[in-house]
Amino acid sequence: MSSSSRETIFTNLRAALPESSPLPDLPPSGPWQTFDDPFARFCEVLGTVGGDCQRVATIAEANDQLAKIEPYQAAKVKVSVVDGLGDSTIDINAIEDPHDLENVDYAVLRGHFGVAENGAIWVTDDTLKHRVLYFVPQHISLVIPASQIVNNMHEAYDRIEVGKHAFAGFISGPSKTADIEQSLVIGAHGARSLTVFAVDEL
Amino acid sequence: MSHPTLAKGFVNNKPRAQWHDKALWFVREKRDRMAHGVPEWEELRQQASAIKIHTMSQLPNYLEQFEKNAKALGVHVHWAIDGDEHNRIVHEILQQHNVKRVVKSKSMLTEECHLNPFLEKNGYEVVDTDLGERIVQLRNEPPSHIVLPAIHIKKEEVGECFHEHLGTEKGASDPNYLTEAARNHLRERFCSADAGITGVNFALAETGGFVVCTNEGNADLGVSLPKLHIACMGIEKLLPRASDLAVFLRLLARSATGQPITTYSSHFHGPREGSEMHIVLVDNGRSGILQSPEFRRSLNCIRCGACMNTCPVYRRSGGHSYESAVPGPIGSILTPLKTPESHSSLPFACSLCGSCTDVCPVKIDLHHQLLAMRGFLDRKKLLGMSKKLSMKFVSGLLSHKWMYTTAGSAARTALRWLPRFAVYNPLNGWGKQRELPEPPKSSFRDQYAAHKKQSGDKS
Ligand code: SF4
Repeated sequence: MSSSSRETIFTNLRAALPESSPLPDLPPSGPWQTFDDPFARFCEVLGTVGGDCQRVATIAEANDQLAKIEPYQAAKVKVSVVDGLGDSTIDINAIEDPHDLENVDYAVLRGHFGVAENGAIWVTDDTLKHRVLYFVPQHISLVIPASQIVNNMHEAYDRIEVGKHAFAGFISGPSKTADIEQSLVIGAHGARSLTVFAVDEL
Repeated sequence: MSHPTLAKGFVNNKPRAQWHDKALWFVREKRDRMAHGVPEWEELRQQASAIKIHTMSQLPNYLEQFEKNAKALGVHVHWAIDGDEHNRIVHEILQQHNVKRVVKSKSMLTEECHLNPFLEKNGYEVVDTDLGERIVQLRNEPPSHIVLPAIHIKKEEVGECFHEHLGTEKGASDPNYLTEAARNHLRERFCSADAGITGVNFALAETGGFVVCTNEGNADLGVSLPKLHIACMGIEKLLPRASDLAVFLRLLARSATGQPITTYSSHFHGPREGSEMHIVLVDNGRSGILQSPEFRRSLNCIRCGACMNTCPVYRRSGGHSYESAVPGPIGSILTPLKTPESHSSLPFACSLCGSCTDVCPVKIDLHHQLLAMRGFLDRKKLLGMSKKLSMKFVSGLLSHKWMYTTAGSAARTALRWLPRFAVYNPLNGWGKQRELPEPPKSSFRDQYAAHKKQSGDKS
């Protein structure tokens, strides 16, 4: 790397800067879209992007529902980081190399909250040792408290601390592509299905 | 080669050009439905535009802030003046880590810098992992669209390509089947890669982190297995604050593909435990563009592709006719700014209909810039006589209201009475494939006046 390139770029940038203009204020309450029933909206939008939302009273109830999910029944290698929900056939904390997780069929993971306007769920890497588990399993479930649904992305960013985690992100539905003649295909590289358990008592 | 020459083959294949046109219009319509579903859409565009204009006016400060914060997160930060230096830097990092196999997720910047051929020449296996990008890579051609790289390819052709390279059944063209084959093929590559390269959608000055958006999850898979993540970004990708992401993530996917948000919007802040993260910041002409009051707003582009989906010329001529990593209206500004000699025909691949400006989520005045670009090239003496004459005509027409009104009514009469050869002659390149619409008997202005009279001026 040459430090001179850095200097040249900065010199060029400062050579004729545009007149300064103000940075707009973005109040999280803004003039932004809200919904009468954010939870209903969340489930509806999640459905349109290929996900499925199940509202349950307790983790035990979620466990009963999970047992009915076909890909879960068929899964050989399973991981769960949520106590009382599903089983783990491997101990992810004993695994050092994420490549050892290539064959996970089903993972049950934690999300923090959902966003009504786009069906997205905020996830962070402090809830599990290997972030690849959001992407490599054939199918995943995310568990969120049913009460934690915000209306829109402004409210979402108002409640998260961006930069606190080496990895964090929004996940909205299963992996998908429309690169072949615009036909939507679910399961491009990541999860082939996403089931969200919105739990009342969590 | 000029745009009309390059577009000829595409345009002459009428059914195919129509199919392409329709496919993109379908995406444009999805975008409209999404935009209409957000009552404050125009407010969002306004905010996005203001945030970008502000950021550009303080770009060096924000870049310094970003660099400082990224370093504090343990990220290695590199600066490249142009594409060659960018490629050299990436190469050095790969060498230091003894990398042989690289997986890459979609990045228009690495496309712009021609990173793939450079790395391949140096003995690396580089696999593009976005499905569309993988298809064009296997076919040995560049992407034809910045968001939909394989939009010009039919499923039967994907089938043939996969039959040859991935051993799928001959004649198979079912997108589900083909995607499954690509999934299995690329899984292998993900799992054996020594490094992952990604682009950057947004970088945050406030935190030193960056956001990558995909639907397939390929960027995430590509960087969460190997021990090396290299992120390559243009210096214009910055946003001041994390909360600005709310505005941009609401606009990006809705404008691009008509989705409420991409499936994965991943926020990276520093390396994974036991691995390394590098960011390469690339100028490659951007600081020059920033100095130009006429064209600097083109740097606000967030690469959503909406302007191409809506552009009547792009839809009918195909992305390859632009001979540029970024085609369509925005490409017709950015590319001639960099290489005016070889791309002087691009701003004329435009009917000045203004549809691109209407859909642009960051409110770039695209069709005004396209017109200004014609003047820019003229001042550089890069235009032939026919282009100059038509330019004089258009700018004269637009600057006199009475002439515009008269020309409109003259055209309505002329279109009805002129023999076909006057409209579809070799001088009018865009008449070639398009029949002009039936001209209305009276203009909108006349109709509006008549309507007002009828309804007794109630409206
Ligand atoms: S110019 Fe505007 S519409 Fe075109 S790709 Fe860039 S952001 Fe999208």
